[in-house]
Amino acid sequence: MAAPSIALKQPEMPLSHELRGRVGMWCLIAAESAIFSIFVVAYLYYAGKSLGGPTPGEVLHVPIFNSICLFSSSFTIVMAERAIAQGKLRLFGTWWFLTIALGAIFIAGTAREWYRLIYEDGLTISTNLFGTTYYSLVGLHAFHVIVGLIGLSIIMIFTALGYVAQEHAERIGVFAMYWHFVDAIWVVVLSVVYFIAR
Amino acid sequence: MKLHRRTGSARWALATIPMGLAKAAVAGTGSAPATPSIFSPASTPADSIYHLSLFVLAICGAIFLTVFILLVYSTVKFRRRAEDDGREPAQIYGSNQMELAWTVIPVLIVVVLFLATARVIHAVEDARFPPGTIEVSAVGHQFWWEFQYPEQGFITANELHVPVSDASHPTPTHITLLSADTDHSFWVPKLAGKTDLIPNRSNSMWIDPHEVGVYVGQCAQYCGTQHAKMLLRVVVESREDFERWIANERQPAQQTASALRGRQIFETTACVNCHTVSGTNANGKFGPDLTHLMSRETIAAGAAQNTPENLRLWIKDPDTFKPGSLMPAMQLQDQELDAVTAYLLTLR
Amino acid sequence: MANAESILKPMVVSPAAEGARPLLDLLHDWIVTVDHKRLGLMYIIYGILFLVIAGLEATVMRIQLAIPHNHFVSPQVFNQLFTMHGTTMVFLVGMPLLFGLANYLAPLMIGARDMAFPRLNAFSFWMSALGGLILYFSFIGGSGLYGAGSAPDVGWFAYAPLTSPAFSVGHSTDYWIVGLLVSGIGSIGTAANIVTTILCMRCPGMTLGRMPLFAWLNLVTSALVLIVISPLTAAQIMLLIDRYLGGHFFDTQAGGSAVIWMHFFWIFGHPEVYVLIIPGFAIASEVIPVFSRKPIFGYSIMVAATLAIGFLSLSVWAHHMFTVGMTSYANAFFTASTMAIGVPTGIKIFNWLGTMWGGKIRFSVPMMFCVAFLFQFLIAGLTGIMLSASPFDWQLGNSYFVVAHFHYVLMGGLVFTIFAAFYYWYPKVTGRMWNETLGKWHFWLFLVGFHLTFDFMHIPGVLGMPRRIYTYEAGRGWEIWNLIISIGVIFQIAGILFWVVNFIWSYFRGEPAGNDPWDAWTLEWSTTSPPPDYNFAKIPVVDSRRPLWDLKHPEDPDWKYE
Repeated sequence: MAAPSIALKQPEMPLSHELRGRVGMWCLIAAESAIFSIFVVAYLYYAGKSLGGPTPGEVLHVPIFNSICLFSSSFTIVMAERAIAQGKLRLFGTWWFLTIALGAIFIAGTAREWYRLIYEDGLTISTNLFGTTYYSLVGLHAFHVIVGLIGLSIIMIFTALGYVAQEHAERIGVFAMYWHFVDAIWVVVLSVVYFIAR
Repeated sequence: MKLHRRTGSARWALATIPMGLAKAAVAGTGSAPATPSIFSPASTPADSIYHLSLFVLAICGAIFLTVFILLVYSTVKFRRRAEDDGREPAQIYGSNQMELAWTVIPVLIVVVLFLATARVIHAVEDARFPPGTIEVSAVGHQFWWEFQYPEQGFITANELHVPVSDASHPTPTHITLLSADTDHSFWVPKLAGKTDLIPNRSNSMWIDPHEVGVYVGQCAQYCGTQHAKMLLRVVVESREDFERWIANERQPAQQTASALRGRQIFETTACVNCHTVSGTNANGKFGPDLTHLMSRETIAAGAAQNTPENLRLWIKDPDTFKPGSLMPAMQLQDQELDAVTAYLLTLR
Repeated sequence: MANAESILKPMVVSPAAEGARPLLDLLHDWIVTVDHKRLGLMYIIYGILFLVIAGLEATVMRIQLAIPHNHFVSPQVFNQLFTMHGTTMVFLVGMPLLFGLANYLAPLMIGARDMAFPRLNAFSFWMSALGGLILYFSFIGGSGLYGAGSAPDVGWFAYAPLTSPAFSVGHSTDYWIVGLLVSGIGSIGTAANIVTTILCMRCPGMTLGRMPLFAWLNLVTSALVLIVISPLTAAQIMLLIDRYLGGHFFDTQAGGSAVIWMHFFWIFGHPEVYVLIIPGFAIASEVIPVFSRKPIFGYSIMVAATLAIGFLSLSVWAHHMFTVGMTSYANAFFTASTMAIGVPTGIKIFNWLGTMWGGKIRFSVPMMFCVAFLFQFLIAGLTGIMLSASPFDWQLGNSYFVVAHFHYVLMGGLVFTIFAAFYYWYPKVTGRMWNETLGKWHFWLFLVGFHLTFDFMHIPGVLGMPRRIYTYEAGRGWEIWNLIISIGVIFQIAGILFWVVNFIWSYFRGEPAGNDPWDAWTLEWSTTSPPPDYNFAKIPVVDSRRPLWDLKHPEDPDWKYE
C-alpha cells in the first residue's frame, strides 16, 4: 500500500504548524489559571473567618505604584514585540530592558510590603486564615513574576550577545503571552485581595 | 459457531448469578438480625431510602435488561459466519432518528428519577421534629464515640440508647454530629443513611426506630489506624427501659468500699488524664466516660466483649484488641491491674 | 527510482533484529530519546510495571480480608496498602498507560511525524517517572509514626485533617504530596503537548471532522487534564504550606475547613475519572468498527457526547460528598447533574451497539475485550446512577458498593479496553502477531476473575460493610462474600500471567504481522510495523475519516457520504 494520497481537489488545510507555540502557551495558561482560581476561591471562602490577628482592613494598603509598574510592563513588552517584528533590534532591546525593570520594581515593592506586614503588623503565613491565604495567593503570583523575570533576563542576555534576530519574533510573541498572563492574574488578585474581600 | 453460542450463554449466566444471589441476599437479610442490611430498614429515614432504592433498582434493571438483550442479540446475530463471502457489510454512518430516540428517552428517565429522588432528599433532610424528640450530640473521636444527652444532663460512650418510636406518637431521636479530631461517619444501615462527623462543623441526622432491638453499624469515613474497630451499637428500648437507663446514667459513679484500692490507683495514675468518672476527681475528656462502663456490652468501641478478662487485657495492653488505638499501655503491675479492673467492674 | 517499497523501507529495522549493539548504547538511546513512539512505549512499560505492583498490593489486601479478624498484615500496613494501591492505580498506571497510548498513536493517526514538542514530551515523561519514584521511595525512606518504612496511609484522597501535621506525623503524607505534585507537572506537560499536536499537526485534508475518534477523545481528555490536575496541585501546595509553614488552609482548630479540601480534591477527582475512562472509549471506538467491519455509528454524535461529558464532568464533583451534610438543595443539584451525565454516556453505548448492528463481527481477542467492556461498562454506569440518587448514596456511599462500582468502571471498563488496545496495536508496535490461544486464555481467566471479585463485591456494601477497614466483624453476613471476592483474585493473576507470557514470547517468536493485519482504515496502518522513526515517508493527504477504506474501495469511498 503506497502512501495514501487522493488529490481530487485542493485538500483542506487544518490549523497551521506554526501556531504550535501559541496553542501550547494557551494550554499552559489554562492550567495555571485553574491553579490560581483555587487559591482565589480559598481566599474568598476564608475572608472574614479568621479567629484573630490582623484583618485586611487594618493592614492592607492598595499597592498603586507597584500595580502601575506591572501593568505598564505589558505595554513595554508589546512595544518590544512590535520592534522585533520590524527588525529593529536595538529598540527591541530597550523596550525589553524596560519590561524587566518594571517587573523588578514590582517584586521589590512586594518585598517591601511583606517586610512591613511581617515586622510591623505582625502578619505571617501562620498568624491566621487571612495570613495564610494572603501570602499564598500573592506569593504564588510573585513566584510567577519571578519566573517570568528569569525568562526575560535570559532573553535579554541572548539579545546582548547578538543571538536574537527578527526571525525569532514569533517565539518572542509566545513568551510575551506568558507575561501578559501574569499581568492579567494581577488584575484578579489586586481586585480580590485589595478591594473585594477587604 | 458453537464457541460463539457458548460465549453468549456463559456471559448470560455470569450476569444472572450475581443478580440472583443479590436478590437472595436481599430476601435473606431480613431473617439474620445481626446483618446490617440497607434492605431491612427499621426506621423512617432508612425506610424512605429503601423505597426509593427499589424504584431506582427497578428502572436500572429495566434499562439493563433492554441493553443487555440488544447486546447479546447483536453479538450472536451479526457475527461473521464461516461461510462468509468476504464482502463488507452495508456501511451505515448513523441515523438521526435513532440518536434522537436514545437521547430523549434517557432524558425522560433521568427527569423521573430526579424528581423521585428530590422528594426523598427533602423528606429526610428537612424533616421537622415533634416535641418529645430526644436530643443527642454525637462527638467522633479517634477511635470511639462520645454521646452527650444535654437535656438529661450526662455523657456516655460507644453505645447509644434511644426509645422506640411509635408511628402514632413519634418520639424520634435527633443526633447532632460533631468531631473532636478528624472526619468520621455515623452509619447504622437499618436506621438511616450515613452522615459525616467533621471537625469545626455541626451536622444533623435523625432516627425513629420502630422496633426494639440492638442495631449495629460502624464508622464509615476513614479516620486513622483503627477506623475498622470504631463500631457502633444503637440500643432501641421501650420507653420504660429507656427511662430506667437514663436514670441510671444520671447517677454519679457508685462508691464501693472493696474497690477502694483500685480507685486510688486509677486516680493517681494517668488514667484520669483521659477518662471521666463522675462524682470523683477523674474528669479527663480525651477518652470515653467510664462512669457506667459496666452498663455496656462491649469495650473499646466494640472491639471486645465487656468481660473481666477482656477488661484486664485491654488495660494491660490495648494493642491486644486494637493495635494503634490511642490508649497507651498503662505499665501497671499485675496486682495493680487486678485492683483497677475490680474497681472498673463496680462502675455499673 | 523511488517505488513504494523503497519509500516505505524503514531506517530502523524491527527491534528484535537489533541485537548486536552494546547495551549501554541502547540504554543511552532510550534515555535521551525525544521520539514519541519510544516515549510512548516507556510510558506504557512504566504503567504495566506499576499495574503489577498495585495488583500485588491488592492481592495482599484481599488475603487479609478473606476471613474476618485475619492477621495476615497489621492495620498500619493495610492502611498503607490501600492508600498506595489507589494512588498507584490512578496516577502511576492509568495516566501513564493512557498518555503512552496517546503519545504513540496520535501522531501516527493524524499523519504527523512526531508530537508538537518532542523535548517537552521527554521532560514530562521523566517528571512522571520521578514522581512515581518519590512516591515509592516512601516504603524505605519515610520516617513516620511506625518506624522505618512509612508509605502514606491517608487514603488516596488524603482527607484533611487526617493529613495535618497533628494527625499525620512524620513524612509519609509528604511523599504522597510531593510524588504527585511532580508527577502532575509531567501530566500537564503531556496534556499540553497532546492538545497542541492534535490541533496543529494534522496532515493536509484532515479537518477536525475527519480525525479518528481516538484523536478527538484524547484531545478532550487532555484539555480536561489541563484544567483539573491544577486544583489537585493547588490543594497539595496548600497542604504543604499547612504542614511546613504553619498555614491554616485545612486547620480546623484555626477556623479552617475540612470540607474545602474535599471540594478541591473532588473538583479534580471526579473529572479525573473521566480522564481515565475517555481514552478507554477512544480505544473502543477504534476497535469495534474494524472488527464489526462498519464505520463508527454516529461519528458527530460521538464527538458531541464526549464534549458534553467533558463539560458536565466539571459540575458533578460533590456527589462524592453527599454525606458531608450539604443542604438539600445542593444534594439535589448534584444528583441532577450526575444523572444528566448518564445521558451522553448512554448515547455512546448505543452508538457502539449501532456500530456492531448489521456488521460481520470477528471475535478476535481485541473484540472480545471490547464486547466484555460494553457489558461491564453498562453495569458500571447503572450502579453509578444508583449512587447518584443522593439518599441511596447515604446508605451506599463509602461502602463496598462504591468500591465495586468504581472497580467495575476502571477494571471492567478501562482495563479491558487497555487489553483490547494492547492486542490491537501490538502488531503495529512490534511487527509481530501475538498468540491467539494464549490471548483467549488471558481473556477467559481474567473475565471469570473479574466477575467473581467485582460482581459479588456489591453485596457486602449493601449489607453494611464500609470501605478502608483492615478487618471486619464476624456474624454480620459478610464472610462468604469476602471469601469469594478474594478467590477471584487468583483467576485475575492467572490471566495476567498469560498476558505477560504472550507478549514476551510473541516479541521473539511471533509471526511477522505486516503493515495492516486487521484490514483497518486509519493512517497508522498505512506505514510499516513497526513504523520508521519518521513515521511516514511522505506526509499523507486525506479526504475522509477512513483514508485506507478509500484506498481499498476506490469504487465506494467514504468522502462521497460524509
